[in-house]
Amino acid sequence: MNASFDILLQTLLSGVLIGLIYALVAVGLTMIFGVMDIVNFAHGEFLMLGMYASFWGFALWALDPMFTLPFTALMLFGLGSAIYHVVIRRIIRAPMLSQIFTTFGLLILFRGLAQFLWKPDFRTIDHSIVQGKVAFAGLQFGLPQLVAAAGAIVVTGIVWWFLQRTRLGAALEATAADKDAAALMGIDVQRMFALAWGIGAACAGVAGALLSTFFPIFPEVGANFILIAFVTVALGGFGSVAGAFWAGIIVGIVEVLGGFLLGPQYKLALVLALYLIVVLLRPQGLLGRA
Amino acid sequence: MRDEHAWAKRIVLVALLVLVLALPYLVGNASQLNYAILVLMIAQAGVAWNILGGYAGQVSLGHAAFYGIGAYTSTQLLLVFGLSPWLGMLAGGGVAVLFALAIGWPCFRLKGHYFAMATIAIAEILQIVVTNWDWLGGAVGLSLPVAETGWRGLVFNKSKVPYYYLILGLLLLTLGVSWLIERSFLGYYFRAIKDEPDAARSVGIDLTRYKLVAITASSFLTALGGTFYAQKELFIDPGSTMATSLSIKIALVAILGGVGSLGGPVAGAVILTAIEETTRAMFGGTGRGTDLIIYALLIILVAVFYPSGVAGWWRDLEHRLLLFKRRDRASGKRKTS
Repeated sequence: MNASFDILLQTLLSGVLIGLIYALVAVGLTMIFGVMDIVNFAHGEFLMLGMYASFWGFALWALDPMFTLPFTALMLFGLGSAIYHVVIRRIIRAPMLSQIFTTFGLLILFRGLAQFLWKPDFRTIDHSIVQGKVAFAGLQFGLPQLVAAAGAIVVTGIVWWFLQRTRLGAALEATAADKDAAALMGIDVQRMFALAWGIGAACAGVAGALLSTFFPIFPEVGANFILIAFVTVALGGFGSVAGAFWAGIIVGIVEVLGGFLLGPQYKLALVLALYLIVVLLRPQGLLGRA
Repeated sequence: MRDEHAWAKRIVLVALLVLVLALPYLVGNASQLNYAILVLMIAQAGVAWNILGGYAGQVSLGHAAFYGIGAYTSTQLLLVFGLSPWLGMLAGGGVAVLFALAIGWPCFRLKGHYFAMATIAIAEILQIVVTNWDWLGGAVGLSLPVAETGWRGLVFNKSKVPYYYLILGLLLLTLGVSWLIERSFLGYYFRAIKDEPDAARSVGIDLTRYKLVAITASSFLTALGGTFYAQKELFIDPGSTMATSLSIKIALVAILGGVGSLGGPVAGAVILTAIEETTRAMFGGTGRGTDLIIYALLIILVAVFYPSGVAGWWRDLEHRLLLFKRRDRASGKRKTS
């Protein structure tokens, strides 16, 4: 194999790896959107909180982010449903603008709280059990990236299984399809909404925990992921979990390929252009309901 | 009864106008004057946003693109051709309108969230392109020369008072255009597009055409504000003139004040700037984000409990007072009979 082909393959595969993380973040966002038609601007902040949960577990008790991951997921689940009950429940019927600015307010609130509690410094987790590199058929990958991607696949799979194979998941899907009909069938719609927020926040939190072994941790870190998550959700079709999964991988590839061909400064611009192309040409996304 | 009410309103308006006109001579120092200029700047952008986002209901979260286009066009024309900022301002408005029509034509098909997110995407792309465009100064930005001062060159280095009257003039112009739109057939069309798009289409209103009319007025006026920013700060860069945070702030003043009401964004600008500056002055020095927390809590409280903003609250209050009066009169009648 010649060298440039190797570089291209390496680039593509690293795009897939980061794309799987984007997919997990987008799964949470698309779930909230699909169930209740609200775009959560504070979604990147759930990811940020997941990172800090991992960091403090490591810094205070020397617990590895991989071990604390289930607790991070539970904490974020609790936070997500609490936010639903305290704030979001009151704006379900409000105009779209109020909804946008409520979740936008949550974004600023969490960034402010993170700054207040943990200072605006960059932090890193240095000695996780996942570190170092793995060589494979002439290609090299960081172990943290590989583990994170594998974890993202597993969690996305669990969410998908939950929606497809459990009664509670079916109830959630029914609520997404038609709230009023679901309520008439005896489904507690409020509980479903809270569940969607819990799962959505947990997905982002887990993504944060998985990223924490190789990505700097700081209060504004969510900003790097929210626009990409929007694009992924639109590409996959608003509300579609399977769509978000495949879209995440595509977005990851577009991002690294764009960086490779045009220069890293245009990565985000290309991803955003992808959003425009998708919503204008195929508004329902790849796998979305028309 | 109605007349007497209208008269009261007119008197309050005239008093307000006199107050704003005299304000530079009432404030104590330069920093207070600067504060007033900041309020007028964001108010002007909010009123311009309101034409598209409020009246026509097309929520843009990318208005900083127009603001930045205004700032960059007039500045670059001044730097390269030595063109007067007065003409540069008009040119900036023109370029912004062309840009707005180019993005509006395809994007007005999108509804709600999809449109809002498309505007974010477009403004972000523009910001990335300008940041990497050396001819426009790239990430470093552009500095304006202080060659010609006074009203011809629109640069005032001795006193900031002329800047105050300039932005006040721009705000009154923007309010005037909004007022004309609100009272003309356009106002009815815009509201129909916002509230009952299907009904509007069924009676033969060409939705896209009138949305394009709205974005034309809105983007032109927003770009004028961008040129003002460049002339006042004498320095522009992508981060300060076309960032998404600016787009959000422009929409936010309209929302705080009351979407789709003429004076709402002005009230929103006064409140938002007051909150920002007060929290910054009280807690900003700590560098620990306390100002952000308070700011965020206030935004959430307003969005959750007063979705119609200050204007909605005011209407409620007015309504309640009128009811009170009427009830008073009714009970008075009962007594006499």
